[in-house]
Amino acid sequence: MSRRLPWGAMARMTGRRALFAVPVLLAVTVAVFAVAAASPFDPVTAYAGTAGLTASQENLDQLRDNLGVDRPLVTRWWEWLTSALHGELGDSSVMRRPVADVIAERIGWSALLAGAAFLLAVALGTGLGVLAGRRRGGLLDRAVSSAAYTLEAAPAFWLGLLAIWFFALKLGALPAGGLTDTADDTVTADQVAGHLVLPALVLGLSQLPWFLLYVRQGVGDALEEDPVRGARARGLRERTVLLGHALRSGMLPMLTLVGSRVPELITGALLVETVFSWPGIAAATVQAATSVDFPLLAALTVLATAAVLLGNLLSDLLYGLAEPRVGFDG
Amino acid sequence: MTARSIRGAAAATLAGALALTAAACSNPGGTAAGAGERKDSAVVGIAYEPETLSPLLGYGKDGNSKIFDGLLAFDAGMKLRPALAVELPRVSPDGLTYTYRLRKGVTFSDGHPFTAKDVVFTYQTVLDPKTNNPSRTELDALKSVEAVGDDTVVFRLKYPYAPFAERTVLAIAPQHIAAKQDVNSGPFTSKPIGTGPYVLTSWSKGEKLSFEANPRYWDGAPQVKKLTMAIIKDDDVRATRLRAGDLDGAILPPDLAAGFAKDTARKTYAAKTYDYRTVTLPTHHPVTGDIAVRRALDVAVDRQAMVDKLLEGAGKPAYGPVPTDSEWFAKGTERRHDLDAAQQILDEAGWKPGPDGVRVRNGVRAAFPLWYLSGDKLRQDHALAYASDAKKAGIEITTQSGTWEIIEPRMKTDAVLAGGGTPGDPDFDQYLLLKSTLGGDGFNNMAWYDNKTVDKALEDGRRTDDTVRRRAAYDIVQRELVKNPGYTFLTHIDHLYVVNDRWEGLSTQTEPHDHGLASGPWWNVETWKPKR
Repeated sequence: MSRRLPWGAMARMTGRRALFAVPVLLAVTVAVFAVAAASPFDPVTAYAGTAGLTASQENLDQLRDNLGVDRPLVTRWWEWLTSALHGELGDSSVMRRPVADVIAERIGWSALLAGAAFLLAVALGTGLGVLAGRRRGGLLDRAVSSAAYTLEAAPAFWLGLLAIWFFALKLGALPAGGLTDTADDTVTADQVAGHLVLPALVLGLSQLPWFLLYVRQGVGDALEEDPVRGARARGLRERTVLLGHALRSGMLPMLTLVGSRVPELITGALLVETVFSWPGIAAATVQAATSVDFPLLAALTVLATAAVLLGNLLSDLLYGLAEPRVGFDG
Repeated sequence: MTARSIRGAAAATLAGALALTAAACSNPGGTAAGAGERKDSAVVGIAYEPETLSPLLGYGKDGNSKIFDGLLAFDAGMKLRPALAVELPRVSPDGLTYTYRLRKGVTFSDGHPFTAKDVVFTYQTVLDPKTNNPSRTELDALKSVEAVGDDTVVFRLKYPYAPFAERTVLAIAPQHIAAKQDVNSGPFTSKPIGTGPYVLTSWSKGEKLSFEANPRYWDGAPQVKKLTMAIIKDDDVRATRLRAGDLDGAILPPDLAAGFAKDTARKTYAAKTYDYRTVTLPTHHPVTGDIAVRRALDVAVDRQAMVDKLLEGAGKPAYGPVPTDSEWFAKGTERRHDLDAAQQILDEAGWKPGPDGVRVRNGVRAAFPLWYLSGDKLRQDHALAYASDAKKAGIEITTQSGTWEIIEPRMKTDAVLAGGGTPGDPDFDQYLLLKSTLGGDGFNNMAWYDNKTVDKALEDGRRTDDTVRRRAAYDIVQRELVKNPGYTFLTHIDHLYVVNDRWEGLSTQTEPHDHGLASGPWWNVETWKPKR
């Protein structure tokens, strides 16, 4: 692949997508505020927690006033939006801190976990998929495929518990949770690496089946197409046929998958972070939602939406590169 | 092999193969360093993370925070002892003025000296309506607080309030730091500085809180130098990590704690609590408002069976908010499970069995709904057991689950499976649960209980400091609850903790309903000593 990358077309597509993202993000924030306002959860009850069960009505009314939760939806949204555009994301009521701080200290760990899991799923999924697709119906294919279907059915939460039971409890080989050893509070790279293995593995495994099955199908189909058969007939080496021809067309459906797996990755991270006490953003999202913490919830939703849009852009860019006939939209 | 175990075996094998490769490249030598290899460190697993560590927003209001001290503190049996004050307060004869003399030479962990100004600042900030403190009501009696010199603080009350001293276990914040920032969201809420036995070194939200012993602690530096509280919400994960050696101790529900019963390296501690489960019987409902129905339910319910079956023995029957082993419990107010008596009470009151077995009086069926908090298994179990006991007496209870948002608007007429409990003083629970004027005030007096005799006794109980008179007042309250129960109290629940048997001096404090950071055997971790 020595041809030059079509930078111009790629940049134009990225620009178009960025323009398109603005109304989408706006609509999403409006929707978040509307849904949160309509939700049966009461932010004051959530803020007060157990103390609220013994607080007087006067105390609760004062809190409601301080938190400003009774103002009209549109007012709150507009205030949030204008200050967000000035880089002021407001204070999270559930965390009792500025939203920017909450996100800043957590997002890196979530990105690390999701990134590692994603790489694992893609690399392993592609590798195993090619091997399985090469000889469909063979022993390896049957083993790998049935394992993939099994994994697809296994909830990430349950996989996590299983992994803790096996690696932490039975083997004592890996830590059962946290970002560093529980007794240690300095964050060092090798500590984090060790603690990342199990959660990333579980999250990666829960994403693996989709990649694997798509690649397997793609490679298998491609091997039966005429150009590949022709290549084989010309006596090209099996390796060249497999990687150069079959994988290339077999990868195409997977590239689309890369983008569409992002939302799944985010929800998967939620469960995995809980099981492994991983200090990421997912746990904060649930808290923000159930506590109707408008500023935090809105910021997190924008982030998640942006991640999904970026994921789609990325997969379309890759698709365009891998299959020039498709090109870059527009 | 079942499908589930095949699936499990397949996944485990696959996971095993993959993880060994992964572990080999990223974590050479990688074994999990077990917690507590150092004798002077302890790692405990807790279920709830505090939202804030600022005393100004409610943290440490019940005393016993590791980072802060109050003027007073509770001992294991919830008796008051001096902390930042040198002695218990001097109370004026009219019960309206409390004077505290402060300990000298105490410094905050940043080296700044602690003075009366910090005390005044803390209380005034909590009382400020602009401070988002949901527990402000607890200081309702407080009118003003002022410093006299550097080492004396005077509190003036609006009305005589006997348990006021119990409220002064409230953690004291440093004025020189907290006054300079937004009280509701400033950095102090997560980077606290106090006078307590431990200094917070890091708080990785959602993961853990790390503490180091405060070498300058006024009551002597703790021997456990490092304390880590790992936040693990899921009960099973917490039990697993305890078993894996990652934790030295953890709070566990009864069924999981039972799994450690035969473990010789670990001990199980059952903390006695004020944590009750009760059913509100709203005065405004035609069935639950009837005294005969209330009394019948009170004896129809089999409390001991709930303790044995729902709590696996870790708890005791409850007849009111005051636990039966408290010194404030009115002996003789226990109600035995007696279905015949319940039937008789209902018969005499004119509730006759209808065609479907449910009793009827004047066309009103003896039936009412009972709400419980969705997702809370213990409350659900209690609600179902209660409904089944009631059915035997001819009262039909429909159990329904919902969140507080759904339950709250219905509390005036619908029954609720509620929980609560605050040790320290008999006034704390009884006043809020039973005072008629608090009916429908937030979550106070959820049953809209209205009983003049009880109202008067509750006022008498809080307006005098004389123990004999107070005891008489609370005896009246508890005896009235036998004649006219506005709630069916079911159980008081023990909190269970499993801890490595590596230290001396472990005990548990009488615990409240909610599990704070300071609950559990680590309530006094600063006095633990490593075993040789």
